[in-house]
Amino acid sequence: MHIDALDSYRPGESPVHRLDPRVKLVLTALFILVAALMPDRSWIGFGLMGGLILLAELLSRVGLGLVQKRSAVALPFTLAALTVVFSTPGRALLRAYLPGGPWTVTDAGLLRFLSILLRSYLSIQAAVLLTATTPFPDLLWAMRALRVPRTLVAIGGFLYRYLFVLADEAARMMRAREARSAAPGGRGGRNVVWRARVTGAMAGSLFIRSYERSERIYAAMVARGYDGEIRTLAPPTLRPADLVAGAAVGMALLSILFVGGRG
Amino acid sequence: MLFSTVVASPPPMHIPDGFLSLGVALIGWLLAAIGVGIALWRSREALGERQVPLMGVLAAFIFAAQMLNFTVAGGTSGHLIGGALAAILLGPWAAVLTMTTVVAVQALLFQDGGLLVMGANITNMAIIAPLVAYGLYRGVRLLAGERRWGVWAGGFAAAWASVVVAAVACAIELGFSGTSPIGIALPAMAGIHVLIGIGEGLITLGALALVAAARPDLLAGERAQAPGGLRWALTGLAVALVLTLLSPLASPHPDGLERVAEDLGFIEAAQDAPYTVIPDYVFPGISNEALATIAAGIAGTLIVFGIAVGLAALYRRRRMAEA
Repeated sequence: MHIDALDSYRPGESPVHRLDPRVKLVLTALFILVAALMPDRSWIGFGLMGGLILLAELLSRVGLGLVQKRSAVALPFTLAALTVVFSTPGRALLRAYLPGGPWTVTDAGLLRFLSILLRSYLSIQAAVLLTATTPFPDLLWAMRALRVPRTLVAIGGFLYRYLFVLADEAARMMRAREARSAAPGGRGGRNVVWRARVTGAMAGSLFIRSYERSERIYAAMVARGYDGEIRTLAPPTLRPADLVAGAAVGMALLSILFVGGRG
Repeated sequence: MLFSTVVASPPPMHIPDGFLSLGVALIGWLLAAIGVGIALWRSREALGERQVPLMGVLAAFIFAAQMLNFTVAGGTSGHLIGGALAAILLGPWAAVLTMTTVVAVQALLFQDGGLLVMGANITNMAIIAPLVAYGLYRGVRLLAGERRWGVWAGGFAAAWASVVVAAVACAIELGFSGTSPIGIALPAMAGIHVLIGIGEGLITLGALALVAAARPDLLAGERAQAPGGLRWALTGLAVALVLTLLSPLASPHPDGLERVAEDLGFIEAAQDAPYTVIPDYVFPGISNEALATIAAGIAGTLIVFGIAVGLAALYRRRRMAEA
């Protein structure tokens, strides 16, 4: 499997791509934080945040369609919030006589639901933009620079490095199973309990292969002088342009929070 | 429940940003930091310089193993989540570390789960799930002694419980955040994941059976009477009990939906649901609602535990009859 099949990074030349990964990570976190702090029904605030993220998306030239498509990941979860439509006290708008009901849609509930949806939609766009314009190793490096525990970042790096190898292994096993009987989507072979146990055996086999691979990797690392200490290059200093861009966007976000919070 | 029939096949477990209030998200980060901090320290003690390559590759294994799916029925498919399998094969702290990395990379690379709420997702899927699973596994093995069925019953129960407790924790967080009233979120989330947990249990059993056959040394490292078994069983139980105690508190009003119904004069119409096993998760005969919810939770946990042990005993008898 080629690394592109799973990676979310879209190579490109743009101001957003060039921005220091540390600044990008902090700004993304701040954007999501501001979205979380924005009170319900502050449509001005949500609108301004939408404008800001749209501007960044246009600047990055990764394609609006791509960002929208990837943002749909969180869509199934909106069902979990759907219940506030019925449970928030307010003026009744609609009543449905269904089992467990009557279910009453209130105006306050509908607005709360919309606010949750907008907040989630804005946040996920920021995260999509971050991963689409930053290679994952750079993201790990930025996390290390921002004082995430070294060991944790190193484990993340290994996960990323071997994910593609083991995903290949898993894909091969599934192809072998399909060739023999239990293809998902097809008749699937015998009953569901049997199919689950077969999948379990595949997972067990994958575990043993992964475990033994990790032993070989460790031996190779020791042979090259690994002593348990993870050494990383010192992070380069931030360029003035990065600082200016970071400060400007940060100020913009705080002003949006101020305006939206009052409105 | 209407809600549970509507929910589509991907289990809504990775909470996206926007669905939790800031306070709940921060508490999630606090719990995650404590859990991961202990896990980093304990696994470093146990593994030394092997920690990084072993944990990293096995985190990639969990990630890849989640790709292995099987047909359930009518176009839906199930796959492994892996928290319990990791806890049984690697020990609880290594499992916390690998699952944390998996949850973090899923959020960072694929937007599967939010960034601000990542702490809560880590707490649910990478800390609560493996700890409860491991406690249950060690507890069952303690009961079974040196007999073999302890591994299978314990493994199944651990895998089932890991999925259900993570879903319950998720529902509690949604309830505290005012996103989804606990009276609906908890039964809906628990209801779906009680079923998904069975799949998780079967896959975990299959994986354990293969490891026991091919590399028994990886399983034998954890003997039934190894020291700390009782402590782990109690730890797992304590985590599960804290969740049970939290669930009735997760809403300022006992049930927002019922309140609305009452306000609008529909409470009588809402009284008779078509069928209920444990009505509204409230135990009959106990007047205090919070107490009753807790009693119902404990009773449910015990019933499931009993079924798991009973099935294992049955399986064992059949095996002996065959022999």
